[in-house]
Amino acid sequence: MAEYSAFSLLRNALSGNRDWKPAWRKPSPKASYDVVVIGGGGHGLSTAYYLAKEHGITNVAVLEKGYLGSGNVGRNTTAVRSNYLLPQNTRFYEHSMKMWENLSHELNYNVMFSQRGVLNLAHTPGQLDDLARKGNAMRHLGVDADLMTPAQIGRRVPGLDMSQSARFPIYGGLIQESAGTARHDAVAWGYARGADRRGVDIIENCEVTGFLRDGDRVTGVTTSRGEIRAKKIAVAVAGSTGRVMQLAGIERMPIESHVLQAFVSESLKPFLDTVVTFGMGHFYVGQSDKGGLIYGGDLDGYNSYAQRGSLPIVEEVMSEMLALFPSLATVRVLRSWGGVCDMSMDGSPIIATGPLPGMYLNCGWCYGGFKATPASGFCFAHTIARDAPHELNAPFTLDRFSRGTVIDDKGQGPTPRMH
Amino acid sequence: MLITCPYCGPRDVSEFAYQGDGNRSRPDPSSTDLAAWNAYVYDRLNPAGAHNEIWQHAGGCRAHLAVVRDTLSHEISSVRFAREKGAPAHGRRKSGAKP
Repeated sequence: MAEYSAFSLLRNALSGNRDWKPAWRKPSPKASYDVVVIGGGGHGLSTAYYLAKEHGITNVAVLEKGYLGSGNVGRNTTAVRSNYLLPQNTRFYEHSMKMWENLSHELNYNVMFSQRGVLNLAHTPGQLDDLARKGNAMRHLGVDADLMTPAQIGRRVPGLDMSQSARFPIYGGLIQESAGTARHDAVAWGYARGADRRGVDIIENCEVTGFLRDGDRVTGVTTSRGEIRAKKIAVAVAGSTGRVMQLAGIERMPIESHVLQAFVSESLKPFLDTVVTFGMGHFYVGQSDKGGLIYGGDLDGYNSYAQRGSLPIVEEVMSEMLALFPSLATVRVLRSWGGVCDMSMDGSPIIATGPLPGMYLNCGWCYGGFKATPASGFCFAHTIARDAPHELNAPFTLDRFSRGTVIDDKGQGPTPRMH
Repeated sequence: MLITCPYCGPRDVSEFAYQGDGNRSRPDPSSTDLAAWNAYVYDRLNPAGAHNEIWQHAGGCRAHLAVVRDTLSHEISSVRFAREKGAPAHGRRKSGAKP
């Protein structure tokens, strides 16, 4: 019997809502586990969930230094898409998309996945050619993609400035109709409850302060709540990858941490039923079910571990929004915040065994980690349980940089802030 | 964020272009040490705290600057010309390398 259902809602309503169980327990850490996952974000929680569900490994702890959902899983702009150019990325993210489509059912938790489409705009013939190429690459692998004319775009997104006097007139676009948005907090809570009910210990306010070693092998962690030993230690800490790996004695990684800002406006009546991205800068916007616009732009552009940004990017994001939607000039910003992104050297993630014996690594999500949450946990759990990658994450190795097999979707080279 | 250019004085960060990590040093061009080249191109110190980095005052005097900035607080503790002796050797040969 599902824990959350119309029947359980009715039953609990009749008993005064006194019998709901907390979505996850608050256990004290045990002295040892089969697997310790460092990082209680979306990826860490989904990893623990799939370890328990797919591989029967339930003696697992997830260590989170703050509270669940306090990191990037609660800071992203909720877009879910699989519109990539290179096949390694497209296959992985499309697998994730297939998992998203069933996720609310799978978790018995409404993650409010809404396939409202993601529309990339082109403002020049060259950009439209580029989008056509990308769309063909996607369709070649079975992912939906459709080119749109300005007339179609104007009908689909009535708020856009479609005039020829726009700062950057819209020349066309590419839409992935199956892409969309999800409620990010629900994803964290749903995976947390699913893992907890299968026996996983989710330990909040537990910061890793060092690694226990036996020669090269990592055998456990020291934390703010004592020593915890484990046969396998999985690191899924996104923007904190550099800090955690330095605790393990690995000084340098192919990762830079950068801050990305996001914004929410006051609630408006529904006027945008898709996610729109700007082609002449870095800007994306969607509207939540509550009515607020959720939008963001480029990284601040310099290394940062601060979960806040600076004003030049605020100004840039607002001006880009007004270039597309002049009618939003009087809309007020409600909130803004920053998240620390683990920018890899080729813009693609790392899900691999190592780099030390007993350690497993999940990082390099740049600013696209949210949409990967289901597939990342699924593949990382496979890698941990079998000590070998799933075919979907086999290309995402740590040594691909020295081996010359980088997966650089944008072709930017090793300048992480440009991906 | 303000960066105090040693030539122009305190200026807004939007006048500056970030050139990245200043902790790297380029191997001698004739070197065939693949590990050293790989480390130069791909590996980053990425500290949470004081970070040596290179900026260019692209919207001003165009000088390349060696900046020490805290990546947690964004506080800048030192700015000097990158050409100065002892500044982090981004994009330069290792000291002592033959010309």
